[in-house]
Amino acid sequence: MQQLSYFELIGFGPNGWGWALLTAAGMTIAVATCGFLAGSVVGTFVAWGKIGGNTPVRWLADGYTTVLRGIPDLLVIYLFYFGGSAALGAIGSLFGAEGFIGVPAFITGAMAIGIISGAYQAEVFRGAYQVVSRGELEAARSVGMHRWLMFRRIIAPQVLRYAIPGLGNTWQLVLKESALISVTGLVELLRQSQVAAGSTRRPFDFYITAAILYLLITWVSTYLFQRAETHSMRGMRRAS
Amino acid sequence: MDFAFMQEAFLRLISGVPLTLNLAFTSIAFGAIFAMLLALMRMSNLKVFDWPAQAYVFVFRGTPLLVQIFLIYYGLGQFRPTLDALGLWGFFREPYWCAVLALTMNTAAYGSEIIRGGLQSVPHHQVEAARACGMSGFLLFRRITFPIAVRQALPAYGSEVILMVKATSLASVITMMEVTGLAAKMISQTFRAIEVFIVAGAIYLVLNFLITRIIMAIEWWLSPHLRRPPAIEPRLEAAHV
Repeated sequence: MQQLSYFELIGFGPNGWGWALLTAAGMTIAVATCGFLAGSVVGTFVAWGKIGGNTPVRWLADGYTTVLRGIPDLLVIYLFYFGGSAALGAIGSLFGAEGFIGVPAFITGAMAIGIISGAYQAEVFRGAYQVVSRGELEAARSVGMHRWLMFRRIIAPQVLRYAIPGLGNTWQLVLKESALISVTGLVELLRQSQVAAGSTRRPFDFYITAAILYLLITWVSTYLFQRAETHSMRGMRRAS
Repeated sequence: MDFAFMQEAFLRLISGVPLTLNLAFTSIAFGAIFAMLLALMRMSNLKVFDWPAQAYVFVFRGTPLLVQIFLIYYGLGQFRPTLDALGLWGFFREPYWCAVLALTMNTAAYGSEIIRGGLQSVPHHQVEAARACGMSGFLLFRRITFPIAVRQALPAYGSEVILMVKATSLASVITMMEVTGLAAKMISQTFRAIEVFIVAGAIYLVLNFLITRIIMAIEWWLSPHLRRPPAIEPRLEAAHV
């Protein structure tokens, strides 16, 4: 068999893997985005627990962030992958289903990323909340806003504004974590490159392509987060 | 919760700790030297040095570590005849050295930014004072800039060390049987994910806790100027009694 050139290999021709790689890159972005959003929800609640909870709640929230930031992400992904199937199998057997039930890899991956990045986002949100001026919160209370309204109108917009740089960092982490989901068999960018490398015996070409695509995604998202930051700060006066 | 099983898991997983620490510290040691070099390149004000270093940091911080590991371990296999001819195949054939190389190159990229931040935070008047005393070049760097920069950079470098200990878990994907590798093997053999996870997680937490303590101790040792001076007990002289 004649050796294909690099561009034939990753191109969009009959022997090319171009579409497969692009679809897989889309899957990477999808799983990372879902995980990131899940992490935002988790992070918001944990930050709330850290700021406003009573002692046991605060203790629990601190424990959560310490543990999740102290153990390897791969271990958490293994827990969700194997543990999720075991739990589902146990529930299934209650209803009379037999044997092994696999959790869809996408859901496992997004959940694992959500739980991990939630710990990081909680710290980001907590830091951002501390910058919100106390006077504004008092003012909101004095005009009679109740908690939810105050959260929606006063706290959330300002916390988000201050949190954007930190969230940008977390997003980069999440994006790189999503590569670990490949161990569960979800066909995202790295997994697809593995498959292609295996069937063509050209591992270097495919892994370097994957690396370039990851770089492209991080580069574009850095740009977008910078845009978001300048946009959110347009009303602020800067010292300089 | 089956405590007998957890004890068995603990005994099995603890045997992976030496490899985890070995991978982490070997790559941190090599990585720190490399990071120092990169930081000096970035601060050299010469484009020939600055640009390659910037590109290196961009590439290694922008791609997942797992991709870097695969690229080195599986990817370079594509050039086996060339590597054979150069006599390097013995190195790239070993998963241990591939993991160390990938971790080293990765931590060098992150570490160089931390060291650069530390070097840039050295107050200018300190350097001026040193120059006024007649120091310059390497002497100035060794006596003034470097110690102050290390003190500034240590907390951030500490979190990098923790990140590296966590990152060694990725070596399990290329057959290294460190703690995570052993845990994954045990989970797939017994299907008792929760128990194994708790044990493995506890091992990592203890390791990272100990490392943070050690780094805090070094920080304390390096910053005597921030500590309160030891209270001097007023000595009563005989004449005044």
